[in-house]
Amino acid sequence: MAQNDTLVKGWQPVIGLEVHVQLLTNTKLFSPARNNFGEDANTLVDLIDMGLPGVLPVMNEEAMRQGIKFGLATSAKIAKTMIFDRKNYFYPDLPKGYQITQLHFPIVRDGIVDVDGKKIRIHQAHLEEDAGKSMHDQYDSKSTIDLNRSGVPLLEIVSEPDIRSAAEAVNYLKKIHQIITYLDISDGNMSQGSMRCDANVSIMRPDSKEFGTRAEIKNINSFKFVEKAINFEVKRQIKCLEGGETVEQETRLYDSTKDETRSMRTKEFANDYRYFPCPDLVPINISSELIKDISNNMDELPEEKEQRFRKVYKLDDYEAKVICAERQTANFFEEVSKNCDPKLSAKWIIGEVNALLNKNNISLGNSKITPDNFSSLMAKINDGTISGKIAKEVLEEIWSTGKNAEKIIKSKGLEQISDEAELESITQSVLDNNSRQVEAYKSGKDKLFGFFVGQVMKETQGKANPKSINEILKRLLSG
Amino acid sequence: MNFKTQREKFRSKSISAKEAVQETIKRAKTDKLNIFINCFESEALSKAEHIDNNFAKFKDQPLSGVPIAHKDIFCTKDLITTCGSRMLKDFKPPYDSTVIDNCNNAGSIMIAKTNMDEFAMGSSNETSFFGPVSNPWSENLVPGGSSGGSAACVAADITCISTGTDTGGSIRQPAALCGITGMKPTYGLVSRWGMIAFCSSMDQAGPFSKDAFGCAALLDAMASYDLKDSTCSKRKKICYEKSLNDNLGNLKIGVIKNIEDLGIHKNILNSYETSKTVLQGLGHELKEIDFSELSSGICSYYVIAPAECSSNLSRFDGVKFGHRSAKQKDISELYMQTRSEGFGDEVKKRILIGTHVLSAGFYDAYYLKAQKVRRNIKNKFEEIFKDVDLIFMPTTLDQAFEKNRESSDPNRMYKEDLLTIPANLAGLPAISFPNGLKNNLPTGGQLVGNYFSESLLLNITNKIQEVTDWHKMTP
Repeated sequence: MAQNDTLVKGWQPVIGLEVHVQLLTNTKLFSPARNNFGEDANTLVDLIDMGLPGVLPVMNEEAMRQGIKFGLATSAKIAKTMIFDRKNYFYPDLPKGYQITQLHFPIVRDGIVDVDGKKIRIHQAHLEEDAGKSMHDQYDSKSTIDLNRSGVPLLEIVSEPDIRSAAEAVNYLKKIHQIITYLDISDGNMSQGSMRCDANVSIMRPDSKEFGTRAEIKNINSFKFVEKAINFEVKRQIKCLEGGETVEQETRLYDSTKDETRSMRTKEFANDYRYFPCPDLVPINISSELIKDISNNMDELPEEKEQRFRKVYKLDDYEAKVICAERQTANFFEEVSKNCDPKLSAKWIIGEVNALLNKNNISLGNSKITPDNFSSLMAKINDGTISGKIAKEVLEEIWSTGKNAEKIIKSKGLEQISDEAELESITQSVLDNNSRQVEAYKSGKDKLFGFFVGQVMKETQGKANPKSINEILKRLLSG
Repeated sequence: MNFKTQREKFRSKSISAKEAVQETIKRAKTDKLNIFINCFESEALSKAEHIDNNFAKFKDQPLSGVPIAHKDIFCTKDLITTCGSRMLKDFKPPYDSTVIDNCNNAGSIMIAKTNMDEFAMGSSNETSFFGPVSNPWSENLVPGGSSGGSAACVAADITCISTGTDTGGSIRQPAALCGITGMKPTYGLVSRWGMIAFCSSMDQAGPFSKDAFGCAALLDAMASYDLKDSTCSKRKKICYEKSLNDNLGNLKIGVIKNIEDLGIHKNILNSYETSKTVLQGLGHELKEIDFSELSSGICSYYVIAPAECSSNLSRFDGVKFGHRSAKQKDISELYMQTRSEGFGDEVKKRILIGTHVLSAGFYDAYYLKAQKVRRNIKNKFEEIFKDVDLIFMPTTLDQAFEKNRESSDPNRMYKEDLLTIPANLAGLPAISFPNGLKNNLPTGGQLVGNYFSESLLLNITNKIQEVTDWHKMTP
């Protein structure tokens, strides 16, 4: 992307993202409590998560393995020794009064993510524990705290300020999402908070060598909001600077209902987190054997899958990219292609299936379309039982009932009429009923051919085999 | 009664565990020194009955049938654990610390939790919310701290063993001031799980007893590898009690050159010289070593310990457990009022110092510098231990001092730990044992060993106690 494309009113936005990803692990980062979402408040809480006097953290190696996977996926440096630090601040849902995180010796540093051909650098990715959740809306004069999330392992992925537009930020985020879901590092569910994003935004003149003062926008929890929040913030900063004011270094909160960012705290009220190495956890060495072991057992990365699909299933670049955008789609495709023509399945997945998913805003895994019922549909198209048009109708029926294509076709009588005699008699009667048009056709109005096809289709409720109709019509009209 | 006799009486069935507990509680009830914060008579009696009913199972355990008092820093399940603070005045932990667990399994019976400096911060036991403890040798004097209650408990012959913790000398200094034996093991030998943290990188639990034998048996019970403490070291278990019989051979013992320049009282130096001749008499060689870095330890300690404590004590915010102020309108007032009311002055002072030394702009000058000094001291010890097997020095600069002396001069109180702090900074084991009586008050000598040399330290102390009577003196 040429740099000029990203200018807004002559200003160059400069963006860095901090993405928090909840890791898929059985237990929490430092306690044996289960790591799960959506259970009753305070049911997934160990003594350690409550920060009781005398308790001590013990690191979960599963979380470390997840971090290493991410490092491998982004060609990053994986620490030989990582060290946990304490970040000290008071907050009611932070039971110990400090968060255990990694400041100077993170598990991963210097990674690269390829976003549509552009390399975006990852400064570091570090392991840390999530805080609990404060709720202020359950009682009139009381706040409540749910510690289920307290201690859930997070990987905070910090990019360099390499991103130049809100759209690019979204694509970067989608790429991160793709990587973490492909490798089962996280479920990446933004609405449940398994993936959260803060954006550092500043603007500068395109010829400037120095970045402007940045604002950090917190609490952006969807791809759409990332784009909106950054766009709002860029415009706000432009207005500031062009109005002769300065941009303040501050933390701002994105309010999605009002579509605006507003100041949370300025630099002078910024917390002094008093980081220091956590004395309860010894520095942890990561052996090259461990890294090798993880690397050998790692799932295929998106690019690798695309490449394989191009080779094995003869998909073109576009098809491979769309099919592999999400791992569940790619897996679905691969499953279906065991029995069906891959090119046909790819066409239908990219077209009709994606359209239905987008329209209903749900994921493939949550829909009633299964490799089984989808394969049955593909088979019926392939063997000429139904036409493409009817197939769309059948797919919609599968979408709402999850039934097998064959059953739907049978019960609705949607089989294509390929019986020559039957089709010929239907066609003949269409021609008989439209003698005026037949005359016109014969006198040179070729375009009326389509009209006859349409009439036959109407008579057969779309079930006629189009190929056969063409042949029959040509024969009868030339007679 | 010393530990060995107490345990033998149970093992030979000359008294039951229950009788031992009843006798101990009777003595505890006459305590006028403010040794205990809470006594647990009924729990102790039912535990004793359990042990009596399972005599065969407990008979050969290291602490079989022996009543014990625990420093009130160890969490005890459903039994109040205060850490000497108003903040935890009514706090009942839902779990047992590993030390408590181990001692229970080893057949001891907890009769009470002992008084201590608030959150283990102090060297006189005067910062306790529950009032100061008196020294059994003289009621006007302090027993030392922070494990003052535990030391006084053994010195006053209420129990023959007790547990303590030592972050900068909190076992060894009160042991010296009360005339008993006390040991700080190597950092990582005893699990810190359930021990309320003051300075996590130095806190270490250890035993008190009249003699090395009792300390060895109690350490046998306390020390265990614990998956719940990441700083706990995985080592082959040694039986310290058995290793007391090992032949020591002739050891090379380092003595610090010009130690008298550190401002040590002549009574202490006097005892020190006498015990040096005892060591020589046992066939060991004394070798002068240069350790000029020793006194820099105190500066490092009083930066690192407050830094860690300021973070460790953040959890006491009135939200989840412990004291919560009634005077609060919003969350920040809840924090401020709770912590203002819940903590005493010494704790507040250290939180303030710790917060300051970790603050942006001061971190490098204080915290990082202190860590460098700490590393220097550690390196120096390593160098010395290439040359000698043990280091011998006094435990304290002076004998037990009067109560209320220190409020006017906090630096003097901090200096009290000059000779004990270096072992904590380096994580080394050290033992303090009685080595004299001057002005009818005990003095203490201290042996510092290399990492995990507890058996050597206990063994040599035991050998000293075989040929001397200092550990038998009673107030």
